[in-house]
Amino acid sequence: MSTTVTTGTEESVWGGGNQPLNASYGKMMMWFFIVSDALTFSGFLVSYGFSRFKFIETWPIADEVFTHVPFFHGNYPMIYVAFMTFILIMSSVTMVLAVDAGHKMKKNKVIWYMFATIIGGAIFVGSQAWEWATFIKGDYGAVETKGGRILQFVDAETGERAALADFSKALPEDRIKHEKSEGVWFMDEGFKTSFSLNEVVAGFKATPNILIRTETINEEGEKTLLSRQESLAKLKDATQVVEGANLIHNEYGSRLFADFFFFITGFHGFHVFSGVLINIIIFFNIILGTYERRGHYEMVEKVGLYWHFVDLVWVFVFTFFYLV
Amino acid sequence: MAHEHKLEIFRGLVKFKNNIQKIWGVLIFLSIVTAVEVVLGIFKPEVLTQNYFIGMKLLNWIFIILTLVKAYYIAWDFMHLRDERSSLRRAIVWTPIFLICYLVFILLFEADYIYNIFKDGFLSWNF
Repeated sequence: MSTTVTTGTEESVWGGGNQPLNASYGKMMMWFFIVSDALTFSGFLVSYGFSRFKFIETWPIADEVFTHVPFFHGNYPMIYVAFMTFILIMSSVTMVLAVDAGHKMKKNKVIWYMFATIIGGAIFVGSQAWEWATFIKGDYGAVETKGGRILQFVDAETGERAALADFSKALPEDRIKHEKSEGVWFMDEGFKTSFSLNEVVAGFKATPNILIRTETINEEGEKTLLSRQESLAKLKDATQVVEGANLIHNEYGSRLFADFFFFITGFHGFHVFSGVLINIIIFFNIILGTYERRGHYEMVEKVGLYWHFVDLVWVFVFTFFYLV
Repeated sequence: MAHEHKLEIFRGLVKFKNNIQKIWGVLIFLSIVTAVEVVLGIFKPEVLTQNYFIGMKLLNWIFIILTLVKAYYIAWDFMHLRDERSSLRRAIVWTPIFLICYLVFILLFEADYIYNIFKDGFLSWNF
Protein backbone atom coordinates (compact mmCIF):
# COMPACT_ATOMS: atom_id res chain seq x y z
CA MET A 1 0.00 0.00 0.00
CA SER A 2 1.15 3.48 -0.82
CA THR A 3 2.11 5.50 2.19
CA THR A 4 1.56 8.86 0.55
CA VAL A 5 -2.21 8.68 0.03
CA THR A 6 -3.56 11.35 2.30
CA THR A 7 -7.25 11.20 1.53
CA GLY A 8 -9.57 8.31 2.05
CA THR A 9 -11.22 8.77 -1.33
CA GLU A 10 -10.70 6.61 -4.39
CA GLU A 11 -8.71 9.33 -6.19
CA SER A 12 -6.07 8.14 -8.66
CA VAL A 13 -2.39 8.44 -7.81
CA TRP A 14 -1.86 11.04 -10.48
CA GLY A 15 -4.94 13.07 -9.52
CA GLY A 16 -2.92 15.67 -7.67
CA GLY A 17 -2.36 16.45 -4.04
CA ASN A 18 0.22 13.78 -3.52
CA GLN A 19 3.71 12.85 -4.74
CA PRO A 20 3.47 9.83 -7.01
CA LEU A 21 7.26 9.58 -7.35
CA ASN A 22 7.81 10.29 -3.66
CA ALA A 23 10.41 12.93 -4.49
CA SER A 24 10.24 16.64 -3.73
CA TYR A 25 10.13 19.23 -6.50
CA GLY A 26 13.74 20.29 -6.00
CA LYS A 27 15.10 16.79 -6.01
CA MET A 28 13.18 15.88 -9.12
CA MET A 29 14.45 18.97 -10.95
CA MET A 30 18.00 18.03 -9.96
CA TRP A 31 17.40 14.61 -11.47
CA PHE A 32 16.02 16.11 -14.67
CA PHE A 33 19.07 18.35 -14.93
CA ILE A 34 21.34 15.37 -14.37
CA VAL A 35 19.61 13.38 -17.11
CA SER A 36 20.00 16.22 -19.61
CA ASP A 37 23.60 16.82 -18.58
CA ALA A 38 24.31 13.11 -18.93
CA LEU A 39 23.05 13.36 -22.51
CA THR A 40 25.36 16.33 -23.15
CA PHE A 41 28.36 14.39 -21.89
CA SER A 42 27.43 11.30 -23.84
CA GLY A 43 27.16 13.49 -26.94
CA PHE A 44 30.76 14.58 -26.36
CA LEU A 45 32.03 11.11 -25.62
CA VAL A 46 30.27 9.61 -28.60
CA SER A 47 31.69 12.27 -30.91
CA TYR A 48 35.09 11.35 -29.49
CA GLY A 49 34.28 7.77 -30.45
CA PHE A 50 33.24 8.97 -33.89
CA SER A 51 36.59 10.65 -34.54
CA ARG A 52 38.43 7.72 -33.09
CA PHE A 53 36.65 5.17 -35.28
CA LYS A 54 37.24 7.43 -38.25
CA PHE A 55 41.01 7.37 -37.63
CA ILE A 56 41.13 4.02 -35.87
CA GLU A 57 44.48 3.07 -37.40
CA THR A 58 46.32 6.23 -36.42
CA TRP A 59 44.79 7.25 -33.08
CA PRO A 60 47.29 7.99 -30.27
CA ILE A 61 47.79 5.32 -27.61
CA ALA A 62 46.75 6.83 -24.27
CA ASP A 63 49.33 4.82 -22.31
CA GLU A 64 52.07 6.64 -24.21
CA VAL A 65 50.54 10.06 -23.71
CA PHE A 66 49.73 10.21 -20.01
CA THR A 67 52.79 8.75 -18.35
CA HIS A 68 53.75 11.27 -15.70
CA VAL A 69 53.27 11.44 -11.96
CA PRO A 70 54.05 14.65 -10.06
CA PHE A 71 57.39 14.65 -8.20
CA PHE A 72 58.46 11.37 -9.84
CA HIS A 73 60.56 10.89 -12.94
CA GLY A 74 60.00 7.98 -15.24
CA ASN A 75 57.27 6.23 -17.12
CA TYR A 76 54.17 5.48 -15.06
CA PRO A 77 51.16 5.19 -17.32
CA MET A 78 47.73 5.31 -15.65
CA ILE A 79 48.94 5.63 -12.07
CA TYR A 80 48.09 9.28 -11.64
CA VAL A 81 44.66 9.07 -13.28
CA ALA A 82 43.87 6.08 -11.11
CA PHE A 83 44.78 8.22 -8.11
CA MET A 84 42.50 11.01 -9.38
CA THR A 85 39.65 8.53 -9.85
CA PHE A 86 40.12 7.27 -6.33
CA ILE A 87 40.11 10.83 -4.92
CA LEU A 88 36.83 11.58 -6.68
CA ILE A 89 35.17 8.34 -5.54
CA MET A 90 36.43 9.06 -2.02
CA SER A 91 34.91 12.54 -2.02
CA SER A 92 31.69 10.95 -3.25
CA VAL A 93 31.78 8.71 -0.20
CA THR A 94 32.21 11.61 2.23
CA MET A 95 29.29 13.27 0.43
CA VAL A 96 27.03 10.23 1.04
CA LEU A 97 28.15 10.25 4.66
CA ALA A 98 27.19 13.94 4.87
CA VAL A 99 23.74 13.16 3.45
CA ASP A 100 23.37 10.30 5.92
CA ALA A 101 24.38 12.52 8.86
CA GLY A 102 21.90 15.11 7.55
CA HIS A 103 19.05 12.62 7.75
CA LYS A 104 19.95 12.12 11.40
CA MET A 105 20.17 15.92 11.92
CA LYS A 106 23.77 15.76 13.15
CA LYS A 107 24.98 19.22 12.20
CA ASN A 108 28.65 18.89 13.19
CA LYS A 109 29.09 15.64 11.32
CA VAL A 110 27.55 17.15 8.17
CA ILE A 111 29.98 20.08 8.44
CA TRP A 112 33.05 17.86 8.64
CA TYR A 113 31.95 15.52 5.88
CA MET A 114 31.14 18.47 3.60
CA PHE A 115 34.56 19.91 4.38
CA ALA A 116 36.23 16.64 3.37
CA THR A 117 34.19 16.58 0.16
CA ILE A 118 35.31 20.10 -0.77
CA ILE A 119 38.96 19.20 -0.14
CA GLY A 120 38.64 16.09 -2.32
CA GLY A 121 37.11 18.15 -5.13
CA ALA A 122 39.87 20.74 -4.87
CA ILE A 123 42.56 18.05 -5.06
CA PHE A 124 40.89 16.63 -8.15
CA VAL A 125 40.65 19.99 -9.95
CA GLY A 126 44.29 20.69 -9.06
CA SER A 127 45.35 17.31 -10.42
CA GLN A 128 43.49 17.95 -13.61
CA ALA A 129 45.19 21.32 -14.02
CA TRP A 130 48.54 19.58 -13.59
CA GLU A 131 47.53 16.95 -16.12
CA TRP A 132 46.66 19.69 -18.61
CA ALA A 133 49.91 21.55 -18.00
CA THR A 134 51.94 18.38 -18.58
CA PHE A 135 50.02 17.62 -21.75
CA ILE A 136 50.42 21.15 -23.11
CA LYS A 137 54.11 21.26 -22.29
CA GLY A 138 54.75 18.00 -24.12
CA ASP A 139 57.27 15.28 -23.74
CA TYR A 140 59.70 14.44 -26.53
CA GLY A 141 58.69 16.73 -29.37
CA ALA A 142 57.94 15.66 -32.94
CA VAL A 143 57.70 16.98 -36.48
CA GLU A 144 54.54 17.49 -38.46
CA THR A 145 54.15 16.67 -42.15
CA LYS A 146 52.32 18.64 -44.80
CA GLY A 147 49.24 16.48 -44.29
CA GLY A 148 49.21 17.23 -40.57
CA ARG A 149 50.55 13.80 -39.59
CA ILE A 150 53.01 13.49 -36.72
CA LEU A 151 56.43 11.83 -36.99
CA GLN A 152 58.04 10.87 -33.70
CA PHE A 153 61.62 9.78 -33.05
CA VAL A 154 62.88 6.56 -31.52
CA ASP A 155 66.36 5.51 -30.44
CA ALA A 156 67.12 2.38 -32.49
CA GLU A 157 69.41 0.85 -29.86
CA THR A 158 67.20 1.11 -26.79
CA GLY A 159 63.85 1.17 -28.56
CA GLU A 160 62.84 4.12 -26.40
CA ARG A 161 61.49 7.45 -27.57
CA ALA A 162 64.11 10.06 -28.39
CA ALA A 163 63.56 13.70 -27.51
CA LEU A 164 64.38 16.39 -30.05
CA ALA A 165 67.07 17.70 -27.73
CA ASP A 166 68.83 14.29 -27.79
CA PHE A 167 69.91 14.54 -31.41
CA SER A 168 69.12 17.96 -32.83
CA LYS A 169 72.09 19.95 -33.97
CA ALA A 170 72.48 23.60 -33.11
CA LEU A 171 72.99 25.36 -36.43
CA PRO A 172 74.57 28.78 -36.78
CA GLU A 173 71.32 30.23 -38.07
CA ASP A 174 69.65 33.32 -36.79
CA ARG A 175 66.06 32.67 -35.98
CA ILE A 176 64.39 35.84 -34.74
CA LYS A 177 61.02 35.61 -33.12
CA HIS A 178 58.52 37.77 -34.94
CA GLU A 179 56.85 40.15 -32.53
CA LYS A 180 53.78 42.31 -32.74
CA SER A 181 55.80 45.52 -32.64
CA GLU A 182 57.86 44.45 -35.67
CA GLY A 183 54.95 43.56 -37.91
CA VAL A 184 53.04 45.52 -40.46
CA TRP A 185 49.84 44.17 -38.98
CA PHE A 186 49.25 43.33 -35.31
CA MET A 187 50.45 39.78 -35.47
CA ASP A 188 53.08 37.88 -33.57
CA GLU A 189 54.08 34.28 -34.05
CA GLY A 190 53.31 33.04 -30.56
CA PHE A 191 55.17 30.01 -29.34
CA LYS A 192 58.63 29.34 -30.75
CA THR A 193 59.90 25.76 -30.62
CA SER A 194 63.28 25.10 -29.07
CA PHE A 195 64.70 23.73 -32.35
CA SER A 196 64.02 24.77 -35.91
CA LEU A 197 63.08 22.18 -38.52
CA ASN A 198 66.50 22.55 -40.16
CA GLU A 199 68.23 21.77 -36.88
CA VAL A 200 66.12 18.66 -36.34
CA VAL A 201 66.70 17.43 -39.89
CA ALA A 202 70.45 18.09 -39.72
CA GLY A 203 70.66 16.34 -36.36
CA PHE A 204 68.68 13.40 -37.68
CA LYS A 205 70.99 12.97 -40.66
CA ALA A 206 74.05 13.15 -38.41
CA THR A 207 72.77 10.58 -35.86
CA PRO A 208 72.41 7.16 -37.52
CA ASN A 209 70.71 5.40 -34.61
CA ILE A 210 67.55 7.53 -34.66
CA LEU A 211 64.48 6.19 -36.45
CA ILE A 212 61.07 7.64 -37.23
CA ARG A 213 57.85 6.31 -35.79
CA THR A 214 54.64 7.07 -37.69
CA GLU A 215 51.11 7.36 -36.33
CA THR A 216 49.98 4.12 -37.96
CA ILE A 217 49.23 1.31 -35.52
CA ASN A 218 50.48 -2.11 -36.66
CA GLU A 219 49.01 -5.54 -35.99
CA GLU A 220 50.69 -5.82 -32.59
CA GLY A 221 48.88 -2.67 -31.50
CA GLU A 222 52.05 -0.59 -31.58
CA LYS A 223 53.07 2.40 -33.65
CA THR A 224 54.92 1.55 -36.86
CA LEU A 225 58.70 1.98 -36.78
CA LEU A 226 60.34 2.88 -40.10
CA SER A 227 63.76 1.68 -41.21
CA ARG A 228 66.61 4.19 -41.51
CA GLN A 229 66.12 4.49 -45.30
CA GLU A 230 62.35 4.96 -44.98
CA SER A 231 62.90 7.42 -42.13
CA LEU A 232 65.21 9.59 -44.21
CA ALA A 233 62.69 9.58 -47.05
CA LYS A 234 59.78 10.32 -44.72
CA LEU A 235 61.57 13.23 -43.06
CA LYS A 236 61.43 15.11 -46.36
CA ASP A 237 57.67 15.52 -45.84
CA ALA A 238 58.17 17.37 -42.56
CA THR A 239 57.07 21.00 -42.55
CA GLN A 240 57.42 22.07 -38.94
CA VAL A 241 58.50 21.14 -35.44
CA VAL A 242 55.83 20.47 -32.81
CA GLU A 243 56.41 20.56 -29.09
CA GLY A 244 53.55 19.81 -26.75
CA ALA A 245 49.89 20.01 -27.62
CA ASN A 246 47.33 22.69 -28.27
CA LEU A 247 44.15 22.92 -30.30
CA ILE A 248 46.00 23.12 -33.63
CA HIS A 249 49.12 20.98 -33.21
CA ASN A 250 49.66 17.90 -31.12
CA GLU A 251 52.98 16.12 -30.79
CA TYR A 252 51.29 12.96 -29.48
CA GLY A 253 49.49 12.26 -32.75
CA SER A 254 46.09 13.17 -34.11
CA ARG A 255 45.19 16.75 -33.25
CA LEU A 256 41.58 15.69 -32.71
CA PHE A 257 42.81 13.71 -29.72
CA ALA A 258 44.08 16.90 -28.10
CA ASP A 259 40.92 18.81 -29.05
CA PHE A 260 38.66 16.23 -27.45
CA PHE A 261 40.95 15.89 -24.45
CA PHE A 262 40.79 19.64 -23.77
CA PHE A 263 37.10 19.84 -24.47
CA ILE A 264 35.80 16.83 -22.55
CA THR A 265 38.11 16.89 -19.53
CA GLY A 266 37.75 20.67 -19.52
CA PHE A 267 33.98 20.48 -19.48
CA HIS A 268 34.13 17.87 -16.76
CA GLY A 269 36.70 19.88 -14.80
CA PHE A 270 34.41 22.88 -15.03
CA HIS A 271 31.61 20.75 -13.57
CA VAL A 272 33.86 19.73 -10.71
CA PHE A 273 34.86 23.35 -10.18
CA SER A 274 31.26 24.56 -10.03
CA GLY A 275 30.45 21.56 -7.82
CA VAL A 276 33.13 22.68 -5.38
CA LEU A 277 31.69 26.22 -5.41
CA ILE A 278 28.15 24.97 -4.75
CA ASN A 279 29.49 22.69 -2.02
CA ILE A 280 31.17 25.68 -0.39
CA ILE A 281 27.92 27.66 -0.43
CA ILE A 282 26.04 24.75 1.14
CA PHE A 283 28.90 24.27 3.61
CA PHE A 284 28.48 27.83 4.90
CA ASN A 285 24.71 27.44 5.01
CA ILE A 286 25.14 24.40 7.22
CA ILE A 287 27.49 26.28 9.54
CA LEU A 288 25.02 29.16 9.74
CA GLY A 289 22.33 26.66 10.72
CA THR A 290 20.02 27.35 7.77
CA TYR A 291 19.00 23.70 7.40
CA GLU A 292 18.76 23.19 11.12
CA ARG A 293 16.08 25.91 11.16
CA ARG A 294 14.44 24.52 8.02
CA GLY A 295 14.10 21.19 9.78
CA HIS A 296 15.72 19.03 7.12
CA TYR A 297 18.98 18.70 5.18
CA GLU A 298 17.47 17.99 1.77
CA MET A 299 19.67 20.66 0.18
CA VAL A 300 22.74 18.59 1.05
CA GLU A 301 21.10 15.62 -0.62
CA LYS A 302 20.46 17.66 -3.79
CA VAL A 303 24.03 18.94 -4.17
CA GLY A 304 25.07 15.41 -3.28
CA LEU A 305 23.24 14.14 -6.36
CA TYR A 306 25.11 16.64 -8.53
CA TRP A 307 28.42 15.71 -6.94
CA HIS A 308 27.90 11.98 -7.51
CA PHE A 309 26.94 12.72 -11.08
CA VAL A 310 30.29 14.43 -11.63
CA ASP A 311 31.95 11.28 -10.26
CA LEU A 312 29.80 9.13 -12.55
CA VAL A 313 30.86 11.12 -15.61
CA TRP A 314 34.51 10.81 -14.64
CA VAL A 315 34.19 7.03 -14.51
CA PHE A 316 33.22 7.12 -18.19
CA VAL A 317 35.83 9.71 -19.18
CA PHE A 318 38.45 7.58 -17.43
CA THR A 319 37.44 4.51 -19.40
CA PHE A 320 37.18 6.07 -22.81
CA PHE A 321 40.17 8.41 -22.61
CA TYR A 322 42.66 6.40 -20.62
CA LEU A 323 41.75 2.73 -20.76
CA VAL A 324 40.10 1.73 -24.02
CA MET B 1 13.39 11.88 1.22
CA ALA B 2 13.59 8.20 1.68
CA HIS B 3 14.60 7.52 5.21
CA GLU B 4 14.45 3.76 4.96
CA HIS B 5 17.46 2.28 3.19
CA LYS B 6 17.66 -0.97 1.36
CA LEU B 7 20.85 -2.48 2.70
CA GLU B 8 21.42 -5.41 0.36
CA ILE B 9 23.82 -5.33 -2.58
CA PHE B 10 24.71 -8.04 -5.13
CA ARG B 11 21.03 -9.12 -5.17
CA GLY B 12 20.99 -9.92 -1.48
CA LEU B 13 24.34 -11.69 -1.36
CA VAL B 14 25.77 -9.07 0.98
CA LYS B 15 23.60 -7.36 3.54
CA PHE B 16 24.91 -4.52 5.66
CA LYS B 17 23.87 -3.61 9.18
CA ASN B 18 23.35 0.08 8.49
CA ASN B 19 23.64 2.66 5.74
CA ILE B 20 27.12 3.86 6.74
CA GLN B 21 28.51 0.34 6.55
CA LYS B 22 26.91 -0.09 3.15
CA ILE B 23 28.61 3.09 1.87
CA TRP B 24 32.04 1.84 2.94
CA GLY B 25 31.29 -1.57 1.46
CA VAL B 26 30.42 0.00 -1.89
CA LEU B 27 33.59 2.13 -1.74
CA ILE B 28 35.71 -0.98 -1.25
CA PHE B 29 33.97 -2.68 -4.15
CA LEU B 30 34.44 0.35 -6.46
CA SER B 31 38.12 0.62 -5.48
CA ILE B 32 38.69 -3.04 -6.28
CA VAL B 33 37.04 -2.64 -9.69
CA THR B 34 39.18 0.44 -10.45
CA ALA B 35 42.32 -1.38 -9.33
CA VAL B 36 41.48 -4.32 -11.62
CA GLU B 37 40.99 -1.90 -14.52
CA VAL B 38 44.31 -0.16 -13.88
CA VAL B 39 46.24 -3.44 -13.55
CA LEU B 40 44.71 -4.75 -16.78
CA GLY B 41 45.43 -1.41 -18.47
CA ILE B 42 49.10 -1.53 -17.48
CA PHE B 43 49.84 -5.18 -18.22
CA LYS B 44 47.44 -5.73 -21.15
CA PRO B 45 47.40 -9.55 -21.18
CA GLU B 46 47.96 -10.94 -24.69
CA VAL B 47 44.96 -13.26 -24.43
CA LEU B 48 42.67 -10.28 -24.03
CA THR B 49 44.23 -8.02 -26.67
CA GLN B 50 44.57 -10.66 -29.39
CA ASN B 51 41.03 -11.98 -29.24
CA TYR B 52 38.05 -10.10 -30.54
CA PHE B 53 34.35 -10.25 -29.82
CA ILE B 54 32.01 -8.42 -32.22
CA GLY B 55 34.86 -6.38 -33.66
CA MET B 56 36.25 -5.19 -30.34
CA LYS B 57 39.13 -6.47 -28.23
CA LEU B 58 38.10 -8.55 -25.23
CA LEU B 59 40.09 -6.18 -23.01
CA ASN B 60 37.99 -3.23 -24.14
CA TRP B 61 34.79 -5.20 -23.53
CA ILE B 62 35.99 -5.87 -19.99
CA PHE B 63 36.76 -2.16 -19.45
CA ILE B 64 33.35 -1.07 -20.71
CA ILE B 65 31.46 -3.68 -18.70
CA LEU B 66 33.39 -2.82 -15.52
CA THR B 67 32.61 0.86 -16.15
CA LEU B 68 28.91 0.12 -16.39
CA VAL B 69 29.15 -1.91 -13.18
CA LYS B 70 30.79 1.06 -11.44
CA ALA B 71 28.18 3.43 -12.85
CA TYR B 72 25.43 1.15 -11.52
CA TYR B 73 26.77 1.18 -7.98
CA ILE B 74 27.41 4.92 -8.01
CA ALA B 75 23.85 5.60 -9.18
CA TRP B 76 22.18 2.94 -7.05
CA ASP B 77 24.00 3.43 -3.74
CA PHE B 78 25.63 6.87 -3.77
CA MET B 79 22.76 8.58 -5.57
CA HIS B 80 20.46 6.24 -3.59
CA LEU B 81 18.33 5.29 -6.58
CA ARG B 82 17.93 1.95 -4.80
CA ASP B 83 15.74 3.69 -2.23
CA GLU B 84 13.62 5.61 -4.72
CA ARG B 85 10.31 4.59 -6.26
CA SER B 86 10.77 2.29 -9.22
CA SER B 87 8.78 4.70 -11.43
CA LEU B 88 11.26 7.53 -10.77
CA ARG B 89 14.18 5.17 -11.23
CA ARG B 90 12.94 3.90 -14.58
CA ALA B 91 12.22 7.39 -15.89
CA ILE B 92 15.74 8.49 -14.98
CA VAL B 93 17.63 5.42 -16.12
CA TRP B 94 15.95 4.10 -19.25
CA THR B 95 15.47 7.42 -21.05
CA PRO B 96 19.20 8.22 -21.34
CA ILE B 97 20.13 4.58 -21.91
CA PHE B 98 17.85 4.40 -24.91
CA LEU B 99 19.03 7.72 -26.37
CA ILE B 100 22.71 6.97 -25.79
CA CYS B 101 22.51 3.50 -27.35
CA TYR B 102 20.87 5.05 -30.41
CA LEU B 103 23.51 7.78 -30.67
CA VAL B 104 26.39 5.33 -30.24
CA PHE B 105 24.94 3.08 -32.89
CA ILE B 106 24.44 5.71 -35.60
CA LEU B 107 27.67 7.65 -34.99
CA LEU B 108 30.00 4.68 -34.75
CA PHE B 109 28.56 3.14 -37.90
CA GLU B 110 28.93 6.44 -39.73
CA ALA B 111 32.52 6.74 -38.49
CA ASP B 112 33.35 3.26 -39.70
CA TYR B 113 31.92 4.16 -43.09
CA ILE B 114 34.12 7.28 -43.27
CA TYR B 115 37.11 5.18 -42.22
CA ASN B 116 36.49 2.92 -45.22
CA ILE B 117 36.14 5.91 -47.52
CA PHE B 118 39.51 7.22 -46.32
CA LYS B 119 41.03 3.78 -46.74
CA ASP B 120 39.62 2.66 -50.09
CA GLY B 121 38.36 5.83 -51.74
CA PHE B 122 40.43 7.98 -54.05
CA LEU B 123 41.42 10.24 -51.24
CA SER B 124 44.82 10.92 -49.80
CA TRP B 125 45.11 12.19 -46.25
CA ASN B 126 48.09 10.34 -44.79
CA PHE B 127 50.97 12.26 -46.32
